[in-house]
Amino acid sequence: MTGELEKILFIVVAAIAVASALNILIQRNPLYSALSLIGTLLSLSVLYLTLRAQFIAAIQIIVYAGAIMVLFVFAIMLLNVPKTQPEVEKQKGLRLLAIPFAGVLIAEMFFVLRQIRPLTLPVPSGDPDQVVGTTWSIGTALFSDYLLPFEVTSVLILMAVVGAMVLARREGD
Amino acid sequence: MTNLLLEWVIKTIVILLILVTAVAYVTLMERKVMAWIQMRVGPNRVGLFGFRLWGLLQPAADGLKMIFKEDIVPLQANRWLYIFAPAFSLIPALMTFIVIPYGSEIHLFGRAIELHVTRMNVGLLYVLALTSVGVYGIVLAGWSSNNKYSLMGGLRSSAQMISYELALGLSIVCILLYSGSLDLVEIVNKQSVWFGHMGWNIFRFPLMFVFIIFYIASLAETNRTPFDLPEADSELVAGYHTEYSSMKFVMFQMAEYLNLITASSIATTLFFGGWNGPFVGRLPILGPVYFVIKVLALIFLAMWIRYTVPRFRYDQLMRFGWKVLVPAAIVNIIITSTVILFLT
Repeated sequence: MTGELEKILFIVVAAIAVASALNILIQRNPLYSALSLIGTLLSLSVLYLTLRAQFIAAIQIIVYAGAIMVLFVFAIMLLNVPKTQPEVEKQKGLRLLAIPFAGVLIAEMFFVLRQIRPLTLPVPSGDPDQVVGTTWSIGTALFSDYLLPFEVTSVLILMAVVGAMVLARREGD
Repeated sequence: MTNLLLEWVIKTIVILLILVTAVAYVTLMERKVMAWIQMRVGPNRVGLFGFRLWGLLQPAADGLKMIFKEDIVPLQANRWLYIFAPAFSLIPALMTFIVIPYGSEIHLFGRAIELHVTRMNVGLLYVLALTSVGVYGIVLAGWSSNNKYSLMGGLRSSAQMISYELALGLSIVCILLYSGSLDLVEIVNKQSVWFGHMGWNIFRFPLMFVFIIFYIASLAETNRTPFDLPEADSELVAGYHTEYSSMKFVMFQMAEYLNLITASSIATTLFFGGWNGPFVGRLPILGPVYFVIKVLALIFLAMWIRYTVPRFRYDQLMRFGWKVLVPAAIVNIIITSTVILFLT
């Protein structure tokens, strides 16, 4: 019964995710696109929950839907885009280039789908607070096995922050 | 399975009803406390059959009045977003409460019922996620009203909430260092006595300072005075809900008071031992009573601050958030980790 429920939930949420992802591209108003992106992010986090990755699901909402998208919406509201959108400049060359790229992307997707088919979710065993996907398991992995990549990433982000501040600083401040 | 599902549904409905009633009476409490601080009488007229009942039926009269107000959608407003914005701010406010434990376990109809709707091992992150999503209601209301005061209110609120969320999250990290769990039920269980090893977090060394940071940040998150810049009456008319009337306006008010209740409940859970208190081990029914008393005390504190402290200026607010609260929270994390390192 739980499996059936999970399947129904997956189909509904995945449909919402795909529909709002399409809506991002269709909408002319950038604010609607941003809102659809929030919809996609929220439904993705529900999908993470069905995969028993609670930590990733919560972080997905806090970081992407909560922080980054608020900044996007903030910027869109501040710029107050005009209602009539200027036509996007048509670049024939880029359009021709897009076809092979799309082909490669789709082929890649099918390849990945074929690869992951035999995989199933690991059956949770042992302490429920310490199975894969919980905060405990991710924290332990990050600060032991993957310590160096973790620290390097944080230094990289720090560099980006400092760079952004230097670029945004006005002369004479 | 069906039994468990039924239990969840009943618990959710009961919590929902209690919360909605509590919101109505917190508005009455706000008016009474305000009147008391300002040496007035406050609402004391509304009663039944000629009995005044100390104005206890005031919320019912208010609600009835708001229902019969005209529901206006401005012509130039963005119609759908304008209609949905109150829901965007009310729903996250209602959803937060399901992870908060308000008692240990009572026996009813021959089965043990745990007094929390659900527990998850990312409970605290869930609360943070909902707070960060709650800002959209205000932002969208401000934008869709097509009114410059509303827009300014919405923009201010999003900037304020992003800034103070950081301090809020960082102050929660100190709690995590002590409790070692994100599960709110677990955090409460670790504060079963007043002092000492399993004592309330508020009585531990760096955590009393953390509470000050947490409380200031949560006042800012709930848009309470002195941080009510998004709806600063003297500059912005009513801020993001200037154009709203009737029940849509009520939904914003409800969301605001729900956020106050939730913030007080989270503070109770994290710092004041949740539902713990004397004799609660022998009489589990006392758990919810202690919980409500503590939450009411914290709500009273927020009201006290509201009618005592004047509003910040906007640049002061931002400077205070980024240059005082965030560094203070980071220093507290370092102190807390050092203390824990030497204790263990």
